[in-house]
Amino acid sequence: MRHIISILVENEAGALSRIANMFSARGYNIESLTVAPTEDASMSRMTVVTVGSEDVIEQITKQLNKLVEVVKVVDLSQAEHIERELMLIKVRAGARERDDMKRMADIFRGRIIDVSDNTYTIELTGDGRKLDAFIQALDQGAIIETVRTGASGIGRGNRVLRV
Amino acid sequence: MFKVFPALAVMDRVKGVELSGAEIVVRCLQEEGVETLFGYPGGAVLYIYDELFKQDKVRHVLVRHEQGAVHAADGYSRSSHKVGVCLVTSGPGVTNAVTGIATAYMDSIPMVILSGQVPTHAIGQDAFQECDAVGITRPCVKHNFLVKDVKDLATTIKKAFYLAATGRPGPVLVDIPKDITTHSCEFQYPESVSMRSYNPVRKGHAGQIKKAAQLILEAKRPMVYSGGGVILSNAAPRLTEFVRLLGFPCTNTLMGLGAYPGTDRQFLGMPGMHGTYETNMAMQNCDVLLAIGARFDDRVIGNPAHFAQNPRKIVHIDIDPSSISKRVKVDVPIVGNIPDVLDDLLALLKADARRPEAAALEAWWKQIELWRARDCLKYDRKSKLIKPQFVLEKLYEVTKGEAFVTSDVGQHQMWAAQFYKFDRPRRWINSGGLGTMGFGLPAAMGVRMANPGATVACVTGESSIQMCLQELSTCKQYRLPIKIVNLNNKYMGMVRQWQQFFHGNRYSESYMDALPDFVKLAEGYGHRGVLIDKPADVEPALREAFARKDELVFMDFITDQTENVYPMVPGGKGITEMILSEEL
Ligand SMILES: Cc1ncc(C[n+]2csc(CCOP(=O)(O)OP(=O)(O)O)c2C)c(N)n1
Ligand SMILES: [Mg+2]
Repeated sequence: MRHIISILVENEAGALSRIANMFSARGYNIESLTVAPTEDASMSRMTVVTVGSEDVIEQITKQLNKLVEVVKVVDLSQAEHIERELMLIKVRAGARERDDMKRMADIFRGRIIDVSDNTYTIELTGDGRKLDAFIQALDQGAIIETVRTGASGIGRGNRVLRV
Repeated sequence: MFKVFPALAVMDRVKGVELSGAEIVVRCLQEEGVETLFGYPGGAVLYIYDELFKQDKVRHVLVRHEQGAVHAADGYSRSSHKVGVCLVTSGPGVTNAVTGIATAYMDSIPMVILSGQVPTHAIGQDAFQECDAVGITRPCVKHNFLVKDVKDLATTIKKAFYLAATGRPGPVLVDIPKDITTHSCEFQYPESVSMRSYNPVRKGHAGQIKKAAQLILEAKRPMVYSGGGVILSNAAPRLTEFVRLLGFPCTNTLMGLGAYPGTDRQFLGMPGMHGTYETNMAMQNCDVLLAIGARFDDRVIGNPAHFAQNPRKIVHIDIDPSSISKRVKVDVPIVGNIPDVLDDLLALLKADARRPEAAALEAWWKQIELWRARDCLKYDRKSKLIKPQFVLEKLYEVTKGEAFVTSDVGQHQMWAAQFYKFDRPRRWINSGGLGTMGFGLPAAMGVRMANPGATVACVTGESSIQMCLQELSTCKQYRLPIKIVNLNNKYMGMVRQWQQFFHGNRYSESYMDALPDFVKLAEGYGHRGVLIDKPADVEPALREAFARKDELVFMDFITDQTENVYPMVPGGKGITEMILSEEL
């Protein structure tokens, strides 16, 4: 099963590689990993998307907690949560395709953030499935370049992760 | 050596005195009460060595290879419960230390490794003797630090000692660039440190402990399975009280030998791949298994699917949540410091008038005695060749079971574990998790350093001993009268045994050709060497060697090359699917 795990970690050099290392050393999957400082600059928040059986996910959270720099770990997928990912996608948009492309971006609530003679760069946020759907919806030949951040997640309502 | 600087101690108490990083390192060690430091100098740590020279509180022991330093610090720690400390230089100093660090990590040994690093401005430049020490050791330390500012040095060292010794212990490395050792700042050693991200538990969950007590009281075929955690947390006396109170059978893993007295009737022997028949049968057939500070290692439970075939309730007490339900699902997990948990459990049981059903326990013991009657450790006592088991029995007799015994890795290790009965914790010192050949001799040095005057034996094989042989020179320098029991079968015996059983007798590269004359070799290092090749000479040789209180004696026992370790659970099999000696 796919799980989305949030980690609060001391903002120290090496903390990221310690976490990434643990995943590779123990043979766990990382589908995506995002990290950036929180409102408290001494701490970073990381979101890891992984797949594994319940046993594996239990071990992953335990092994994460065991790392000295990890402050807190939460498996967001255990309850209601929101997931967002940002994608920047550069597409072919010559005179013939322009209108179609604009309409498609609108349907997915994407924004065109850069334009050249024959390209658009579209910014799109949503959960991973929405981004996948957008890519699917395009003529594959029209895609020049994509970059995705990987998912960030947060619990719904009163579910919070902080120290 | 004269190193008298009387003003120093007074001077730096005065606030505002600045110390160099190198001075700070040494002062931190003094403040931590470190008496012995194992190390090897080099460019990046010269300033630290300079400061060591100027004081005499911390004794530096110069080894002959950094691996030896780490194993010695390890043996020091295992035999004393103190944190082992070592100091190595950058680059090759660190890489040489890695085997030792990984060894300590696998067995959860509290240790602090100080390593030199190239100056901060040179880091990342492929400088001379640069290696990414923090990166290279990351997977085999509990934690590590690179000190980037002299102002952080004292706190970092304090944290290192704190992390190494608390929670599930382990090695912690502090990498110190050379320029940091010359920069200076005001020194104050913190009395304590706290880290919001690190809060080891002590007390176990009261509700879980109650559930455990309930299971214990309902048990009909109980079994206590205790491991290295009991020794590391100094819980052996409580374990003994617990097992005796209940009258339950008990096993200690390879890492836990001595936690419950090995000569006691309730002790069934070691479990696992080379465990006793009675223990493996009891582990498999019990209805309540109490795992205490043990981690269901693959060498202990064999094939997990086979282990799971028999229904039983499992209580697992451990300080490390990630050890629980890792390989085997448990019913009552209790995360906590073992002495605290056992205290609470004992209090509950003592306050309760109920006891496990006596008739059921009696029937269980009857069954166990039948298993025990198989006498699974028997060997040919009439052989004209020296049987390794016989040497260990005699070693036990001659040392009255009171020696510290270190070991290397191989058949000799298993025989030592089977035949030397450890009645006390911290007497059996071996590399269980990583299985590091070369561990025995340097570990024995550390043991003797931590226990001056104690009898220390190193049980080894002709292959293992050659992996850290250079430390014989250290033994000479520091007059460490270790007794080396070399069970010389001219083979990597354990490899040969697997090749015999599972690879059609094809002894690929496991024969030890061109062996040195160990007697001359020992003499070359300034020690005494003896060769023993007849069974009748075994006991006299041991007696004479141990009578020489001040000498290192290298006893080269020429043993039966064909002897195997029994029982044996082949890889992938269940623990009751043992090969017994009588079946061959
Ligand atoms: C550093 C290292 N390399 C290889 C091994 C694999 N290994 C395990 S036991 C063994 C043979 C040990 O031979 P010896 O020391 O003579 O002991 P014996 O089994 O003959 O008693 C080997 C090579 C190991 N454990 N450690
Ligand atoms: Mg051998």
